[in-house]
Amino acid sequence: MLRGTVGVIRGLFSEKRNIGVFLSQFALTVKDLSKQYVLGAENIPQQTFREMLTGLAQNPLRRLRRLQGRSKQQETFWALKDISFEVRPGEVLGIIGRNGAGKSTLLKILSRITAPTTGEIQYHGRLASLLEVGTGFHPELSGRENIFINGAILGMAKAEIRRKFDEIVDFAGIEQFLDTPVKRYSSGMYVRLAFAVAAHLDPDILVVDEVLAVGDAEFQKKCIGKLQEVAGQGRTVLFVSHNLGAVTRLCTRAVLLEEGKCVLDASVAETINTYLSSTDTCKNEKQFSLLTDKPVQLTGVNLVQHDERSPIGLHNESFALDIFWRVVSWPLGSYICVDMLNSSGQCVIWSCDISSVAEMKNERKAGSYKSRVTVPSNILSPGRYYFTVAVYSPETGIVHDVAERTVSLDILDGGSLLALLGVHKKVLTAVQPIWSTKLIEEYPLKTQKAQKPEVAETVQ
Amino acid sequence: MPSCSLSTKHKQPVRKLTTIRPRSGWHWLNFREIWEARELLLVFTARDIKVRYKQTVLGAAWAVIQPLTTMIIFTVIFGRLAKIPSEGFPYPVFVYAGLLPWTFFANALSSSGNSLVGAAHLISKVYFPRLIIPISSVGAGVVDLLISTVILLMLMVFFHVPLTMHILAAPFLLLGVITTALGVGTLLAALTVSYRDFRFVIPFMIQIWMYMTPVVYGVGFIPEKYRWLLMLNPMSGYIDGFRAAFLGKPFHVMSLAFSACVSCVLLCLGAAYFAKVERRFVDVI
Repeated sequence: MLRGTVGVIRGLFSEKRNIGVFLSQFALTVKDLSKQYVLGAENIPQQTFREMLTGLAQNPLRRLRRLQGRSKQQETFWALKDISFEVRPGEVLGIIGRNGAGKSTLLKILSRITAPTTGEIQYHGRLASLLEVGTGFHPELSGRENIFINGAILGMAKAEIRRKFDEIVDFAGIEQFLDTPVKRYSSGMYVRLAFAVAAHLDPDILVVDEVLAVGDAEFQKKCIGKLQEVAGQGRTVLFVSHNLGAVTRLCTRAVLLEEGKCVLDASVAETINTYLSSTDTCKNEKQFSLLTDKPVQLTGVNLVQHDERSPIGLHNESFALDIFWRVVSWPLGSYICVDMLNSSGQCVIWSCDISSVAEMKNERKAGSYKSRVTVPSNILSPGRYYFTVAVYSPETGIVHDVAERTVSLDILDGGSLLALLGVHKKVLTAVQPIWSTKLIEEYPLKTQKAQKPEVAETVQ
Repeated sequence: MPSCSLSTKHKQPVRKLTTIRPRSGWHWLNFREIWEARELLLVFTARDIKVRYKQTVLGAAWAVIQPLTTMIIFTVIFGRLAKIPSEGFPYPVFVYAGLLPWTFFANALSSSGNSLVGAAHLISKVYFPRLIIPISSVGAGVVDLLISTVILLMLMVFFHVPLTMHILAAPFLLLGVITTALGVGTLLAALTVSYRDFRFVIPFMIQIWMYMTPVVYGVGFIPEKYRWLLMLNPMSGYIDGFRAAFLGKPFHVMSLAFSACVSCVLLCLGAAYFAKVERRFVDVI
């Protein structure tokens, strides 16, 4: 009662009284948020110091204005445009959308890494963002030292880290290696330790990016479990993922971003449905815009059957996926991989351009490449398939480029027995195991006679 | 509406409200934020110190070898060959007393200049006041400075130069050097983000700056009428001050006061420019 009165009085004297009342029901509000990027100008290394100096000498005012990015001649691009949404305390909000829809930009603004161009975000309490696990890990330092460094970077106080230290070590399962430099860790251990620190952050609002994409299946399960636990404690979580399964399991609501705009803010099921159906018109080819700063970039993906681009295939015929990509500088230990997902989002086939661990040491020269991924006949059962292509470094967990659900293919039944007999049996693949049947021993007629009455009885 | 009941159920005590707004143009640094990140600053500094001599055979001995070797070379070239006067002190002690703050300053400039670019990965992944990156790389040099101070004291014993009460001024002089290093360092760090040219400019600048500073020579070496030029360089005041503190010669109070003013101006300038471009780092780096 007393506290309430004090609160009211404090509210009366507070400058932003209205906002305070408005915010009390929300943990986080995003209002008319936009982010504009200037294309080229700042990425292309034309802006050398010499140029700035000569430019300053020639035309000081115009040049200075241009350097501040205020010139109107520059090509601009809105990564986010007028995004608004609210998140209530304890809510787990999923943010989904294709690549380039503005998810990463939104995350970067939320984590204050970059500033918005217009609009405003307000939140209460501590916001922690995990855009990556293991930020600030130093390879030369021991696990113990890195726990403190990473924890501090994520915003934990030293005392807090010390208090949770045992828990973190326990979660990561690296007791014996605590004093080993992390450069000697296996990639699995590294990721486990990194996530363990992040998992013990205890923020009021947690913003999680694709961190679950790293680590083995068991560890991923552990991560999702931990996130569920965090959400269960009434904390607010913003979860960005390509993993629609994880979004369904974790989130209570979802927002769909498309080309920098928030197109839907609804229940998880509804948003995922809209998202999936927005990719529904089968796209059998896709070109990507070129960004200069990526070491490896996907430039296009085509689906080909019988050397023709086709959005439809027969299940008993092979088809191929042509991936066009270019390399500026090859990140060692990377590969190009393809996820083939069925209509319910399950990954049916995963494949990459190398076949052994030894090949991961292969270097690729700078240039443009074409990879053809041929899927033999009788692999995919009839249905719709989506293809996600990515360039990935498994050891570092870095996704250099990803084209998510970039093309899709309708596989039609090319005359299988299942279809012929009209049996509506849902099978995941059309793989036809090889059958060979032969008569091992022919029974004499007498045995058959003895069996017959039995059969007759059961029928009756 | 289940979501409504959720909001009341999880009603939490009033927590700190944070607002993220667009910012551009000139604005001042958020000092409270930097103060709140002081633990992270210490962590970064400790990391830089720990990492510096990792996987080197000689380890921290490098902190001794580097200034000592420079001192010997300078003694041979400037003391013996060029016969530069050393104000009545043995030249090795004289030059080392100047090298001590200078080496710290030069290392601070070069490491803080490259610090932001070196931390590009951190900057693009997590938020914290960016200013603590160049600050921590300046701070990491303090340990090396302390080690080389011990060497100076040993040299003084060896050359029979007595220690006086003047030594008490040393911490304040160090503060002045740190202020200057922070000012120029943050400025260079911010500039290097946009203009990588500074990677090449910085080593040059340090070299030229050293010869413009009375490190290998004394202030008295410069003709009286040009001495005001020397005053413009705050480092010359401090280095002369360091010599006065360690070797017991009189302080030039005027020149020190002027140096302090210049340092403060530099710090404000560096911090202001840093604050202006801070938000843009991630888009440019």
